[in-house]
Amino acid sequence: MDPNQLYDVLIVGGGNAALCAAITARQAGASVIVLEAAPKHFRGGNSRHTRNFRCMHDAPADVLTDSYGENEYWEDLLKVTAGHTDEKLARMVIRQTSECRPWMRAHGARFQPSLGGTLHLSRTNAFFLGGGKALLNGYYRAAERMGIEIEYNAEVNELNFRDGRFHSAVVVRKGFTEVVRAKTLVAAAGGFQANIEWLRSAWGEAANNFLIRGTPYDNGHILRLLMNQGARTVSDPTQCHCVAIDARAPRFDGGIITRVDCVSLGITVNQHAQRFYDEGEDFWPKRYAIWGRLVAQQPGQIAYTIIDSQAMGGFMPPVFPPIQARSLRELADALKLDPQALERTVAEYNAAVRPGKFDHAILDNCSTEDLQPAKSHWALRIERPPYYAYPLRPGITFTYLGVAVNERAEVCFEENRKLDNVFAAGEIMAGNILGKGYLAGLGMAIGTVFGRIAGEEAARRAHA
Amino acid sequence: MRICNACRYCEGFCAVFPAMERRMEFGEKDLLYLANLCHDCGECYYSCQYAPPHEFAVHIPQTMAEIRRQTYSEYAWPGALKGLFAHNGLALALGALIAPLLFMTYLYAVAAPGVFFGAHAVADGAFYRVMPHGAMIAVFLLLGIGVAVAFAAGLWRFWRDLGEPLATLFDGKAMQQAIVDAMTLRYLDGGGEGCAYPDEVPSTARRTFHHLTFYGFLFCFAATSVAAVYHNLLGWQAPYALLSVPVVFGTIGGIGLLIGPVGLMWLKIARDPETQDRKQSGMDTTFLAMLFLTSLTGFLLLILRESSAMGVVLAIHLGIVAGLFITMPYGKFVHAIYRSAALVLNALEKRRPVKLPVGEI
Ligand SMILES: Cc1cc2nc3c(=O)[nH]c(=O)nc-3n(C[C@H](O)[C@H](O)[C@H](O)COP(=O)(O)OP(=O)(O)OC[C@H]3O[C@@H](n4cnc5c(N)ncnc54)[C@H](O)[C@@H]3O)c2cc1C
Ligand code: SF4
Ligand code: SF4
Repeated sequence: MDPNQLYDVLIVGGGNAALCAAITARQAGASVIVLEAAPKHFRGGNSRHTRNFRCMHDAPADVLTDSYGENEYWEDLLKVTAGHTDEKLARMVIRQTSECRPWMRAHGARFQPSLGGTLHLSRTNAFFLGGGKALLNGYYRAAERMGIEIEYNAEVNELNFRDGRFHSAVVVRKGFTEVVRAKTLVAAAGGFQANIEWLRSAWGEAANNFLIRGTPYDNGHILRLLMNQGARTVSDPTQCHCVAIDARAPRFDGGIITRVDCVSLGITVNQHAQRFYDEGEDFWPKRYAIWGRLVAQQPGQIAYTIIDSQAMGGFMPPVFPPIQARSLRELADALKLDPQALERTVAEYNAAVRPGKFDHAILDNCSTEDLQPAKSHWALRIERPPYYAYPLRPGITFTYLGVAVNERAEVCFEENRKLDNVFAAGEIMAGNILGKGYLAGLGMAIGTVFGRIAGEEAARRAHA
Repeated sequence: MRICNACRYCEGFCAVFPAMERRMEFGEKDLLYLANLCHDCGECYYSCQYAPPHEFAVHIPQTMAEIRRQTYSEYAWPGALKGLFAHNGLALALGALIAPLLFMTYLYAVAAPGVFFGAHAVADGAFYRVMPHGAMIAVFLLLGIGVAVAFAAGLWRFWRDLGEPLATLFDGKAMQQAIVDAMTLRYLDGGGEGCAYPDEVPSTARRTFHHLTFYGFLFCFAATSVAAVYHNLLGWQAPYALLSVPVVFGTIGGIGLLIGPVGLMWLKIARDPETQDRKQSGMDTTFLAMLFLTSLTGFLLLILRESSAMGVVLAIHLGIVAGLFITMPYGKFVHAIYRSAALVLNALEKRRPVKLPVGEI
């Protein structure tokens, strides 16, 4: 980091979007500096925790099976967002995902040949060999080889604007404050999910019980600074990818392993031992993203999934062992629930279960009758001890409130003010496409496509 | 292990992770198996978002190396020699040095000084004038049998503790698969571009040097076998001509054994200290040094066999080979035994139907 140098492109952030932008800008001949708030060991933001990338493809291609066309991808997106998306930008991302893989490979990405195991997503998603951290390691190596300057422990906490343009950034690095000047800025600093204060302003006290699945460094500070400059925003602060995860997960950075995969196999009750939603509504991966919100709306933001010995072992093994008991009463004690209430809930549920042929691989015909809320599939009586429970809390993956951008990744400002050297990529602008809901692998798709666009445009602007 | 099984990001790297997914619980025998299936390539450490300093502090290569070290010592036979693995470096170095000294003393005592220090023509039986053929055979046959018994005993106990009946160890197909996996170091390629050894950058260096070492060893072994056939069936006596089969094989193998161990040693020194199990380096380095010295003294013998130094060099060479043999069951060589067995089990398991309870309730 050289305070006397005027860099062509300054990149704030160190995740997928940031590195894609940095590499592209450097390739276009720009001098590039990347400022990453995290120490080297934790570099890579949320991207470090990812596993795959959703790509469009018209025919079986390297690691992808079958085909996944633009329209199907678009339909899937439309379904989850219920229309909260910008069709032009979304289709642009979808189309470009089909061209990303060779570029990614050329810069250190490795993919895993189509996958065995419990997840079967190799039609729509390309899996990173070794996951997101391995991907980021590859990108960082490529970036270093290309002569991109990278600073760790370098948190940007002020952006200076002059004459209606970005001018320089104030960085706190190893306790010292320094100023970095650059011709253009790419904001790739993630969402604001690690900022509990901000979450609280949107969710109230409930936010105190939220767990953050990813990096503690995505505090939304850069987003706030851009908003203060009058950047237009998209989506709203309550929208996020929020899943139900094990309540015993750490406050930050628990990543992928804290998920609980058996909600659809049992029943889920709240603090009052009452059920509150149809656990068997649809396949787990599809419904996975709604449960965080459901739990967030329950008293104390806590819920418990309860299964019996029949269901045990029929799902991805979670990292925390289940709470186990020989009777429902004992289980209620262990969970500090009212034993009578729990017994009543289970008894009512058991009485409503209609016989059917259980099959977890299809929407089977095991369901309840005359029960509120119903359990429409995989409804088996909970009657064979030992009983098991997994406590759930809302786990925030990332927030959607972000800056509005155009197809050149330029940040759009109020009153048509021109601020022609500020670009954004990744979570900080993902809300343009993903205003609501979630589609696995879309986070990396948006970050990769917009990162590359932002890098290219920023380099071009710097040379103009 | 629980963390990995819930995560599974590393499943494309090697056989360990898919094997993990076939089990829900991790008892001692599972750990024993997985640890010996691991080739210590380091990929999963660099890729792990839970690696230290993360609070979960997942460090698979290190954990696996520790279990392997225990495996090696626990299954050593005879049991009294278990301790050798604990103080491996020193014990092995001593063992390795004592053998040549014994040979020197013995030969000096037996052979007439004129023979021992005399110059020899490359004539039939020149070596045996220094050390009688019968004695050579006797010593190495005894050593060979001892070593084979030690290996077999270790293997048998290891296999039993994996919870497998003896019969499955000899499953033809699984053995074939395991041999192919072992010969090609299939799981040392980090999923394509080489592994993260000695550091984060994928590289095929370790695989290359290991191949040189391994095939070097095989060629030398083949050279000795051919020589045995020459001597015992055809009656041709060593030393053999430069272009004879045993000498050519020995030379090829010897070159592999000069470059391979040095390369592996260099990688070991260059290796990221974060991923090293330092307690093992004694046994690793001794074994590599022995291989290297075997080859080096072999070449010296080839060069000096017509000079008056031949007797001394032969004694040293034979001594080092003997040292290599003696220390084999108590040093790094055993990894070949246990890893191959783990690969056999891996091949077997892949064929067995997976018991995934979904849909069966
Ligand atoms: C557990 C988990 C699993 C996921 N799995 C997937 C998946 O499989 N597929 C998928 O597509 N998406 C997945 N996602 C979502 C995905 O992680 C994000 O959409 C994507 O990583 C966003 O990339 P990004 O570069 O915008 O942000 P990040 O990767 O979070 O990077 C933001 C960076 O900005 C840095 N930063 C923040 N503030 C500052 C500052 N003031 N100064 C300097 N630096 C700063 C941070 O340190 C960080 O490096 C997952 C998320 C989580 C948490
Ligand atoms: S080593 Fe780390 S990244 Fe790999 S499977 Fe285990 S927990 Fe996941
Ligand atoms: S170190 Fe290499 S061989 Fe061992 S478990 Fe990890 S990836 Fe597999």
